[in-house]
Amino acid sequence: MAFIPHTREDVQAMLAAIGVDGIERLFDEIPANLRLPSLAGVPEAATEMEIGRLMAERARLDGRPLCFIGAGAYEHHIPAAVWAVATRGEFYSAYTPYQAEASQGTLQLLYEYQTMMASLTGLEVSNASLYDGASAMGEACLMAVRANRKSRSQRILVPTTVHPHYRATARAVAGNQGLVFEDVPYCTEEGCIPAGALDRYDGQDITALVIQQPNFFGRLEDVDALCDWAHARNILVVAVVNPTSLALLKPPGQWGARGADIAVGEGQPLGVPLSSGGPYFGFMTARMEHVRQMPGRIVGRTMDAAGRAGFTLTLQAREQHIRRAKATSNICTNQGLLVTAATIYLSLMGPAGLERVAAASHARTRELVAALTRLPGVRRLFRGPVFHEEAIALDRPVAPVLEKLAARGILGGLDLAEHHPELGCALLVCATETKTSADIERYASALAECLREARAA
Amino acid sequence: MSNVPSDLKYTRTHEWLRTLPDGTVEVGITDHAQHALGDLVFAEVPESGRKLAAGEPFAVVESVKAASDVYSPIAGEVTAGNPALASEPEAINSDAYGKGWLMRLRPAAGAPSTPFLTAAEYEKLIAAEGG
Amino acid sequence: MTTRLEKPIFEHSVPGRGAEDQWPRDPGPAATDDLPAALRRRGRPLLPEVGELEAVRHFTRLSQLNFSIDTHFYPLGSCTMKYNPKACNSLAMLPEFLARHPLAPESVGQGFLACMHELQEMLKAVTGMQAVALSPMAGAQGEFAGVAMIRAYHRARGDLERNEIIVPEAAHGTNPATATMCGCVVREVPVNADGDVDTHALKAAVGPKTAGIMLTNPSTLGVFERRIEEVARTVHAAGGLLYYDGANLNAILGKVRPGDMGFDVIHVNLHKTFSTPHGGGGPGAGPVGVSARLAPFLPVPVVGRRGERYCLLTERDLPQSIGRLSGYMGNAGVLLRAYIYMRMLGREGMAKVSEHATLNANYLLARLRSAGFDAAYPGRRASHEFIITLRRQAKELGVTAMDFAKRLLDHGMHAPTTYFPLLVPECFLIEPTETESKAALDAFVAAMTEILAEAAKEPERVTGAPHTMPVRRLDDVRAAKHLDLTWKPTAAHATPATS
Repeated sequence: MAFIPHTREDVQAMLAAIGVDGIERLFDEIPANLRLPSLAGVPEAATEMEIGRLMAERARLDGRPLCFIGAGAYEHHIPAAVWAVATRGEFYSAYTPYQAEASQGTLQLLYEYQTMMASLTGLEVSNASLYDGASAMGEACLMAVRANRKSRSQRILVPTTVHPHYRATARAVAGNQGLVFEDVPYCTEEGCIPAGALDRYDGQDITALVIQQPNFFGRLEDVDALCDWAHARNILVVAVVNPTSLALLKPPGQWGARGADIAVGEGQPLGVPLSSGGPYFGFMTARMEHVRQMPGRIVGRTMDAAGRAGFTLTLQAREQHIRRAKATSNICTNQGLLVTAATIYLSLMGPAGLERVAAASHARTRELVAALTRLPGVRRLFRGPVFHEEAIALDRPVAPVLEKLAARGILGGLDLAEHHPELGCALLVCATETKTSADIERYASALAECLREARAA
Repeated sequence: MSNVPSDLKYTRTHEWLRTLPDGTVEVGITDHAQHALGDLVFAEVPESGRKLAAGEPFAVVESVKAASDVYSPIAGEVTAGNPALASEPEAINSDAYGKGWLMRLRPAAGAPSTPFLTAAEYEKLIAAEGG
Repeated sequence: MTTRLEKPIFEHSVPGRGAEDQWPRDPGPAATDDLPAALRRRGRPLLPEVGELEAVRHFTRLSQLNFSIDTHFYPLGSCTMKYNPKACNSLAMLPEFLARHPLAPESVGQGFLACMHELQEMLKAVTGMQAVALSPMAGAQGEFAGVAMIRAYHRARGDLERNEIIVPEAAHGTNPATATMCGCVVREVPVNADGDVDTHALKAAVGPKTAGIMLTNPSTLGVFERRIEEVARTVHAAGGLLYYDGANLNAILGKVRPGDMGFDVIHVNLHKTFSTPHGGGGPGAGPVGVSARLAPFLPVPVVGRRGERYCLLTERDLPQSIGRLSGYMGNAGVLLRAYIYMRMLGREGMAKVSEHATLNANYLLARLRSAGFDAAYPGRRASHEFIITLRRQAKELGVTAMDFAKRLLDHGMHAPTTYFPLLVPECFLIEPTETESKAALDAFVAAMTEILAEAAKEPERVTGAPHTMPVRRLDDVRAAKHLDLTWKPTAAHATPATS
């Protein structure tokens, strides 16, 4: 099956027009010794019916456990309309809007998306997306190096309360250009960056400070103080934020006296399914003064030849297809379809709905943590406020407990042992608006059972 | 046919130079270069005080279809970037040798420079490039 | 396609309206009373307040302003705009796949991981490479992974001087941009009049600083690089490695493999060759394949197998890895779509793809030449795509390639790639793909013929095109000079205060 429409007669007529006697002749410029006799290693073709059956079996194998893992990817309700409209062929099977006049739908949608994201983050300009939140943080650090002309060091301060995968990704994406990422230790009592943690950098040339809010542990950082500390020293601030949280929490553009300079984050909570990690999308917004240092596509509104408003890609001289080796990034294809879904999602939620999602998720997480910490041997790990995710401590190693829970159809959270062994037996849990009191009760009683069994053993 | 004033010096990379009465040198891009780039939408000019080596990029000019670095023909210190271009980059299109100047520079003593062309030589160069 | 413009969604907004059935119940103010006042938002964000039907209608209308593969011929060169089978989407969106958390344990996900492992194996088979990592999220990120691995390889050998990446002058812009992102310096080499890399210039360019070369084959000029073995020998002899940009893999699928041509590392654009959707600009996926010597440097995670169980290999298993390029596992849902498509093609289907993509391109080229258009490389076979140059028409008739492109829109056809590669003046890079019928190709020739005649008779119809699109030609200069990047409330649409 190769989705080829030709009849035998078509093929003959086409070969005759070319003036060759067979399709093989069209490959005669490939050196004969390189030609492949056959594609061993690829199975034989499957019909749609057969592959449908196989995929259904594979899906069944994965099941649908009750999930209390967050850690940067959150299970929210997605209105059916979001993907029903986003997968329309006119969105799904179009490409980058190079021919603006034949792509006004995608372009206008991107302009609306830019407006929503700029406002949500409290900044002035948004690009049309990057790959995901983690790689967006890497791009933001590279952008900060270009934008901060007062600094030459390319040193980026990254608190260890930033998602460990984001820190790893930023190093991989930006490290080759000589950026130096320096870990800033956090307070293991508080789970965030204490005031004064940055004082040892006083007087040094630092290019940017990354601040994640809420941080990897769900804890809220003192963003105003951190932002002001940086700006007082000509250090740019890169904010990493959860977009749902911004319905309730202060947007990066309002942090401290001046606001963060660049904001990035994972767009997945805005109508994108968990889907084993992708496709998601990274968003990026910034102050207008830095727009020419931004990576990625940007859409602008302009006029057509008849004086009517229309939309087009703009500021393309930043991009690889024009600036080549001097482009702001090598990014070309981005995550357009996910942005389409997010824009529809944000339109259905509106300001009030998004606030409800944020508040309900937060309420469920509080309910969850209260239920779990009522059990003997379970306690809150950190003091201080969180947003819709929290670290708890168990009185025994987490991994075997999680395994027992998984056997009962419950994903009980993320074991923090791998990335934060200093925290001991710690578990990061999250509930969103999709969880009911019955779900939470089910988790709590299952955990009680598992802990009882473990103690008995 | 491009406009190539005979009283200026030129470079192979399409910059022009004019020596001002105070000894500083004004630099811009040629009419041929602005034409090749198309309508300019942005120009980044250097801040005064910046020290430049000969051949070092000192400005960027952007149209919607191209972006180009502009190279300092001579070593020295920038005395001014053209402030008007921030709001009016199209001055480079309309008046490349006048209002469209990019920077003024005080040449370093015994400053090394890239080789200059006369107007006639530059005309020959752009003719050879198919201009 | 409609030509009726749709006002911005913010102008549909009415304070107090909303798709309330989609919202969770209000948990009340007590639910958030633990959030400190100093950290809370003041003022609501500028999001539209519209009902569900209004939103659905707005975005459906916007969709109708687009050309797409499902609705229009879309011969965008270098992008492989082939039909995206619907089954690939619906099966990848089975609820269990959508619900799986990326950090769920491997025990919950053996079905998904089995697909990923088999996808890696199939990609090894079609590219001739020894190991594959799936996580790069687009072609450009695959390029990044590839060049980063080349650098890591040289460094691991203590060969610290190698920081030059050679690219042919006709290369896609992502190639030099990627080299820069990897901290390398770009050296361009010319191509000769036939479109092959100038091997004399290449020999002069390589040396002890050569890290590698980035090549697309067939090249961006739409022709097969005939001296690829000589190129490989030259670069390898100088101590460099060869990177294969998989943009044009559709041309050679099942016919010849990059691994057999001598390439050390490749990326594959799943959204091109393996028909995952282009989505209005993405998502793509750019898995990388490597020869054995680069395998230790693959980006993580890689899908592994321990006995009967599939697992994710991380930095612990691959300590020399170039690291992690995404938060989790790249564009997993895109990978699933490609897996489904590849299984449907099977080994027979893969060869048919390249055969018919090549047939369609050569047929279209032959027909266009008969209709009076100039091939950029008339002595060469087309690969799955080809270039025509409208330089003669531009000179004689004053009608440019861009004018032809815009006029094609009026004929209900998306324009080919225009003005790329930069090397060929007034060019169209045309890639019909294998899923287009002869009738669709004939209609394209007819449209081009008609535009050519029109350009001679009534050139202003062509230079003023398009005439039937929702908007006329847009003012790019104005867009870049007077930046209007977000909608601003006006008195007429007083939306609640922005933040």
